[in-house]
Amino acid sequence: MAKVFNDSVMSLPGTDSALTFRRGALDWEATYGIWRRDLKKFFREKSRLWGGIARPILWLIILGSSLKPAISSSSLGSTGIDYTHYIFPGVIALTLIFTSIQSAISIIWDREFGFLKEVMVAPVPRLSILLGKALGGATQATIQGIITLAFAPLIGLWLNPLVLLGLLGTMFVIAFALTALGIVISSAMTSFEGFGVISNFVVMPMYFLSGAIYPTESAPFWIKPLIYINPLTYGVDALRQVTIGVGVHDFWFDMGVLAVFAVVVLAIALPLFNRE
Amino acid sequence: MLEQNNAPNPALPTPVQPVSSPIIEVAHLVKRYGPLTAVDNISFEVHEGEIFGFLGPNGAGKSTTIKTLCTLVKPSEGQVKVAGFDIMGQSDAVRQQIGIIFQDPTLDSGLTAVENLEFHCMMYHVPRPERSDRIKYVLDLMDLDAHKDRLVKTYSGGMRRRLEIARGLLHRPRILFLDEPTVGLDPQTRNYIWQYVRRLREIHKTTIFMTTHYMDEAEHCDRIAIIDHGVIVALDTPAALKRMVGEDQLELTTSDNTLAARIIEDYYKLSATERDDRLTLQVAEADRFVPALLGELPRLASNLVVNTLQIRKPTLEDVFLKLTGRLIREEDEGKKDERRLNLRKRRRL
Ligand SMILES: Nc1ncnc2c1ncn2[C@@H]1O[C@H](COP(=O)(O)OP(=O)(O)OP(=O)(O)O)[C@@H](O)[C@H]1O
Ligand SMILES: [Mg+2]
Repeated sequence: MAKVFNDSVMSLPGTDSALTFRRGALDWEATYGIWRRDLKKFFREKSRLWGGIARPILWLIILGSSLKPAISSSSLGSTGIDYTHYIFPGVIALTLIFTSIQSAISIIWDREFGFLKEVMVAPVPRLSILLGKALGGATQATIQGIITLAFAPLIGLWLNPLVLLGLLGTMFVIAFALTALGIVISSAMTSFEGFGVISNFVVMPMYFLSGAIYPTESAPFWIKPLIYINPLTYGVDALRQVTIGVGVHDFWFDMGVLAVFAVVVLAIALPLFNRE
Repeated sequence: MLEQNNAPNPALPTPVQPVSSPIIEVAHLVKRYGPLTAVDNISFEVHEGEIFGFLGPNGAGKSTTIKTLCTLVKPSEGQVKVAGFDIMGQSDAVRQQIGIIFQDPTLDSGLTAVENLEFHCMMYHVPRPERSDRIKYVLDLMDLDAHKDRLVKTYSGGMRRRLEIARGLLHRPRILFLDEPTVGLDPQTRNYIWQYVRRLREIHKTTIFMTTHYMDEAEHCDRIAIIDHGVIVALDTPAALKRMVGEDQLELTTSDNTLAARIIEDYYKLSATERDDRLTLQVAEADRFVPALLGELPRLASNLVVNTLQIRKPTLEDVFLKLTGRLIREEDEGKKDERRLNLRKRRRL
């Protein structure tokens, strides 16, 4: 550093903000700051965007070609729905769960590399920090979801603008709930290894029990409770209703369940996140 | 450069005498990590506008104390008030008043310097119209202007440290905590930063709470608490602490040490110890004693010749040695660098 201290080095310009600012129960500017940082880094990480493009292609090909003969002849046979159309919402759900959980891991990264201390020592309500994280993850996942939607015409699924708009909102709600879940896990974890274990025990079963790639109506009775408590069941159901117009529950019931889930999960995350 | 810091620098303002009520009050603070007591029942006060230092070896509990004061670590026992607010019950109010430069890196290396600073402005609600001016100012202050749009991951260690310091100043905290702020910086930069810190105190009455294990940095403090194994073993001004270990030390070699020792004992009533080929004695004010001695010695013993003479003023290192029986290792750079590389070490806050 070549600088020399002299009298021209005077005081910092401006007023004493820390003493004049009044905060409410939530701090939306901080939430916005945290959201903006996560998105900046998301767009800088090109590999994640490419992953978002590659993943739907891969899954549509793998699932569409290999499972199609097995599944359409049995349970889907009578409904007359093309299996590739049937699993399309499931592929969206896969994109959402992957991206949401991945974005929540950033909490562990930030803790490891110290940045979380900068956030935690700031005069920001903890809930505002978590909201910034949850909204950031939800936005990232929704963007990846939009990339997935671009493949719809390839499988002969034409979605009108109104449906696309509905999907946007639906994807965001689902992604918010899933990121909230990821936040609980990463707040409880102290290491990446732990996160891997938990997400294997949570994410994979959640996905396969959600009805994303095969109908779950005929599942054995002892599995049913797991299907009903799985938030992704309602997410996939909502996505399917918007895209191809079939589903089990009322759409707004699905949305309600996801919203309640998100609130409960954030309430659990708060004390975990705030511990020392 | 560093050694010069012991001498009072006339260009620097004289220390502000604590006059107001304490801005930091710590009473019987204890912090335990399992069986380990990192901070063991410490009590002290810091006054507004004071530069207060924590001096101690590795693992003494300096960072733990700072993190407790900054509301990141919950105390096991005791009361702490910062700016009049309780760190437990009113942590948000405390956080509004403080700024901290942590010992370990806390920048987002995936963002540019400006982005890191903008993020900080948002967290602390720096008034929007002032943001670009303030960011420009701190970048300029830390000489990072030319690199402001580079990702922090491309920064050198010293640049990162300077950026951390720049960021800590941005919201103009009333109390600034500095946990070994100048580790990894070259002596010139350290000196520059200390001058700025003093200026901050002068202009804004910013209270500075710092930790260090550099003796020369501790000299910048108005008052120092020496901490070892989680206990404050002494707390006073640097001058008073040094007086505690006693007097200036004088080392002589002469043509006849035994004779010289006898003369000094008889004439000055001072005990001189003879070890190896040199003579050691303690005097209250070496600066006055030495000219007198050299003036009178030829008269007392005409054939005695003083070959070498060395004055050693007591240092804080001596204070530490006296209080704990151990030395603080002055230069721990190797260890620090190693620790920086150990970023991946599993650790919560
Ligand atoms: N999170 C933690 N969990 C367990 N022990 C801890 C934790 N943080 C600190 N310690 C222990 O508390 C003691 C004091 O640590 P602290 O970081 O306060 O030391 P320090 O004085 O800052 O040392 P240094 O000069 O090396 O920075 C050490 O023995 C350390 O191992
Ligand atoms: Mg420390």
